[in-house]
Amino acid sequence: MTVTLNHFSAAAVFALFASVVFGITHRDTTREMIRYGLYCFAMFLGGVLVAGWAMWLLRR
Amino acid sequence: MANSTTERSKTATGETAGAMAVLAPALGWLIPGAGHMIQKRWIRGALLFISIVTLFLLGLAMQGRIYRANGGDILDMLGFVGNIGAGGLYLLALANDWGQGAIAFATADYGTKFMIVAGLLNFIAVADAYHIAIGKKQ
Repeated sequence: MTVTLNHFSAAAVFALFASVVFGITHRDTTREMIRYGLYCFAMFLGGVLVAGWAMWLLRR
Repeated sequence: MANSTTERSKTATGETAGAMAVLAPALGWLIPGAGHMIQKRWIRGALLFISIVTLFLLGLAMQGRIYRANGGDILDMLGFVGNIGAGGLYLLALANDWGQGAIAFATADYGTKFMIVAGLLNFIAVADAYHIAIGKKQ
C-alpha cells in the first residue's frame, strides 16, 4: 500500500500527532495537556503557513 | 512492631517503584504507550500508541526509508538513532525488510522523516513513563 500526501496534508498529519505527544508528555494535568497540544498544533500549522507565504514572497 | 511493619511496607513500595522505573521505560520503548498503560494511564498510553504507530506506519506507506546501524554516513547514523526510538516497530520493519525500496516519490522523503520523528517522539514518551514511575509526574 502506498500513501501519497501532498505537502500541506503531510505537515498537518505530522502536526497533529506530534502535538498529541507533546501535549501528553510536557504537561501535568489533563486540562494543561489539551491546551498545550492545541497550542503546539496551532504553532506547527501557523509556522507552515507563514513559511509558505514567505517562500511565495521570495519567489516573486 | 508497627514501625517495622510500616518500614517493610515502605521498602516493598520502593522496590515496586524501582522495578517500575525500569519496566515502564523498557516496555514503552518496545511498544509505544505501553509504559503509560502499565502504570494505568490508559488514555495517555492509547493516544501515544495511536500517534506514534500511525506516524511510523504512514512513513512506511509513503515509501520512507529505514536506516540501519552500519550506514557509514554520519547522517545515516543520526537517522538510525531516530529510527531505533520506535522500538518494536523498528525491529518489525527490519525483520520484514520494510522501508528499503528505492525512493520513487518526492514525498517519500517525508515518509523517512515521519519514521525518524516517530522514534524521537517515542523517546520522549519513554522519558515521560519513567518520570511517572519515579513519582516526578502524576
